[in-house]
Amino acid sequence: MRFALFWIFSVAALGGSIGVVANVRNPINSALNLVVTMLALAGLYVLLEAQFVGLIQVMVYAGAIVVLFLFVIMLLNLRGSGTTGAEVQPLVKIAGTAVVAISSFFLLRVLSTGRAPWPDVDPSYGTTRAIGEALYTDYVLAVQVAGVLLAGILAAVVLAKKRLD
Amino acid sequence: MGDISPFQFQLVAALIFMIGVVGVLTRRNVIVMFMCIELMLNAANLSLVAFSREVGDDQGQIFAFMVMVVAAVEVAVGLAIIISLVRNRDTVNIEDASQMKW
Amino acid sequence: MNEHSNEALRWIPLLPLLAAVLSGLWLTLGRGHWPRALVIAVAVGAPIASFAIALAQVFTLATGFDPDQRFFVDNLYTWISAGDFHAELSFLLDPLSSVMVLVVTGVGSLIHVYAVGYMDDDHRDDGGFQRFFAYLNLFMFSMLMLVLGDNLLVMFVGWEGVGLCSYLLIGFWYLDDPNAAAGLKAFVVNRIGDFGFLLGIFLLFWSFAGAGVPTIEFREMAANVGLLSDRVVELPGALSFLPGFPSWGLLTLACLCLFLGACGKSAQIPLYVWLPDAMAGPTPVSALIHAATMVTAGVYMVCRMSFAYSLAPGAEATVAWTGAITALFAATIGLAQTDIKKVLAYSTVSQLGYMFVGAGVAGYSAAIFHVMTHAFFKALLFLGAGSVILGMHHEQDITKMGGLRTRMPWTWLTFLIAVLAISGVPPLSGFFSKDEILLAANQAHDIPGHEWIWALGVLTAGLTAFYMFRLYYLVFTGECRADHHTREQIHESGGWILFPLVVLAALSVVGGLVGLPDAYGELAGVPQSNSLHYFLQPVAPSPVHHVEPGVEFGLAAVTTGVGLAGIALATLLYLWRRDLPAQISGAIRPLYELVRDKYRIDELYDALIVRPLVGVSRGLLARGVDQGLIDGVGVNGVARALVAGADDALKYLQTGLAQSYVFAMLLGGALLIAWLVRGA
Repeated sequence: MRFALFWIFSVAALGGSIGVVANVRNPINSALNLVVTMLALAGLYVLLEAQFVGLIQVMVYAGAIVVLFLFVIMLLNLRGSGTTGAEVQPLVKIAGTAVVAISSFFLLRVLSTGRAPWPDVDPSYGTTRAIGEALYTDYVLAVQVAGVLLAGILAAVVLAKKRLD
Repeated sequence: MGDISPFQFQLVAALIFMIGVVGVLTRRNVIVMFMCIELMLNAANLSLVAFSREVGDDQGQIFAFMVMVVAAVEVAVGLAIIISLVRNRDTVNIEDASQMKW
Repeated sequence: MNEHSNEALRWIPLLPLLAAVLSGLWLTLGRGHWPRALVIAVAVGAPIASFAIALAQVFTLATGFDPDQRFFVDNLYTWISAGDFHAELSFLLDPLSSVMVLVVTGVGSLIHVYAVGYMDDDHRDDGGFQRFFAYLNLFMFSMLMLVLGDNLLVMFVGWEGVGLCSYLLIGFWYLDDPNAAAGLKAFVVNRIGDFGFLLGIFLLFWSFAGAGVPTIEFREMAANVGLLSDRVVELPGALSFLPGFPSWGLLTLACLCLFLGACGKSAQIPLYVWLPDAMAGPTPVSALIHAATMVTAGVYMVCRMSFAYSLAPGAEATVAWTGAITALFAATIGLAQTDIKKVLAYSTVSQLGYMFVGAGVAGYSAAIFHVMTHAFFKALLFLGAGSVILGMHHEQDITKMGGLRTRMPWTWLTFLIAVLAISGVPPLSGFFSKDEILLAANQAHDIPGHEWIWALGVLTAGLTAFYMFRLYYLVFTGECRADHHTREQIHESGGWILFPLVVLAALSVVGGLVGLPDAYGELAGVPQSNSLHYFLQPVAPSPVHHVEPGVEFGLAAVTTGVGLAGIALATLLYLWRRDLPAQISGAIRPLYELVRDKYRIDELYDALIVRPLVGVSRGLLARGVDQGLIDGVGVNGVARALVAGADDALKYLQTGLAQSYVFAMLLGGALLIAWLVRGA
């Protein structure tokens, strides 16, 4: 069962991400493919018994961030403007792909050796309660600092508003 | 979970990351570039969570959580920048924003 | 050793240094001028104090020690210490330096006094009364370092210092270009001589060190010079035309190098050309530096190194012959000069030649004797000339003077005494000193051609008497040829000026007594009357000549006769038949003009040496090497290549596209990771 779920979710994630990149016609297509990817990843998180993270993934990423993307795309009315035409810098594309492939290869070589089997974890692993406890005891400072990021809201407002003059 | 090795999760994460990189390098639409960046972040998150499960410690998940927090804010600010860029130049082509060159 | 240690010696040069530094720094730091009385007190007080200290020390030296133990050493500190070699900053007071110190401080003090009067009304420069005396005291310090130095290094410090002060003082009124040029000429020509001096020092040090005694201290070198007496230097084949080829004595070579330095400092052929130009400086400078003290430094050096010269016959002969030829050469030029100071300048060159004749024939005490007496009467001549110049309102052309005898009586009388002294009229001092040199030359059988040297000396004595009396007659006798306005203003000079004149005149008269030759002394019942000679003997030994009194008196008679003949001729031409000189010079016009133009040696040097050198420097070295090669290729070229190369190559990195930058980051990150995991 898990095995099958893993493969389904993996393929969905990969397909979605290819869809994000390869979609030349319409940025909305890319955004929708991004949603698929996010959801598939959420499924993978749950498979890994990280329920809280999976939940947050759906709520924040799929539910807020991609929505934001869609808002902006529609606000700016970008249905097809400026993205057609030949892709530039094929050299960069090829070179970039090659670089990433090679470095991934190295990384994976490292990762693929000597892996221990999955350890057993107690049932409270990854639950909301457990993460919440950890966040508000061990990592409370990080949480507070992350709260400061709310100032980002101000930045967004200032940047995006129209000039009043 | 016995048949799936941890390596496979890492492989998926690496592949998604790579796809995201290719997207950043090749797409000219600013918004799509941004989306590919989000892809890369997600791939990293997947890798983190997989490692966290492999080790048995939930630190990785907390890290991933923080990444999400930051990503959320980053998207908000980034899109605001894109909006003002588009407003000023009336284009979403990233090549039109390359004045700082030789 | 302790009884020879004397800590008072250091004050002799230090007092003038303090005076110079204090008054000089006060000016440099922009604190304005001292009141004139303070300048006078400090600047004149310092040399007088030095003289007093020196006198006391010399007296102690002369009376408190046996003749061969007469020396004081004052060691300040060890300047250089390298392995076995030590060079100290220390001073040596022995008979030779005693005489020099007394002359320098004594005559120097008198000239300082004179300068107060001379520079008093001088407002041509930029507030320079204080500056002048600072320089003058700095010179005094350097000269005292030179004569009191215990080793060649300290002497060289003083040597360079007097060169510098000479430059500063000659070009004192530097706002006029010719004055600055004269100062520069003096310095540059001296530099050429200094090059030889340095070579000599190096050669001596290297040789002594090689012989196991690394030292440049005079007393040590004198004690150990025997180690070097047989060493020779092999000359390269290209120099086969030189006499004494294929090998020269090492000491000969070193002494010749040192003598080159002496030629520069003491204005002998070929490096005398700066001295006549140096007359552009104020007259006290001419008196002090270019008559009494600095120019005698070369003579002092040769006498100080007598232990080496007496083992280097080739060098001795060179010194004597150079001196003799220079003496005659300069005397001939002096015959035709019309500037009062130029006549005296060439006279100085000529008299210095005499001194070198004395030193070259190993008559070291005779040479020093003449240094002393020459200081007296030459300084007197220059100071008198200065008085005349002041009285004539800065007129220096003797054809426009005349009849000053009645208008400036004190100046006239002292000047006449000096002229008599320099002409060798007995019993004034010049007679004795000149005669002793000529006697030594006559009896120096080791020097090839010494009889000719003697003959040249006698001839020069005649010429000297002639042109000095020519000067005297033209300036002081007859009708005053100045224009009406100047004639009205002629006045005798003030007390500051006259006092030194009187003192120097007295010294010119009686100064000869310290060196009264034994032959004369015996006539008066005073055995060994040549006290100067015996005083100097332990330090600068002259070979013992026993001379028959008959020979001595005979030679003196010849010289005196020739001198009187010169005086007679001058009297004829410039007192009785004043029309004759013009006729004579008209008859031999080309020759006359050649002599008057100093044989055009300056022009010769200019064409042969100066112009090519400057041309090469300007064209080749400055433009070619410096601007072209070093600047063009080296500095600018490298920069341009770098900028061009880097610019063209690297600027394409700045594409302005975010994606290229992302790619670059990616590449960097990938490489980093690859490197980090390389081992796995």
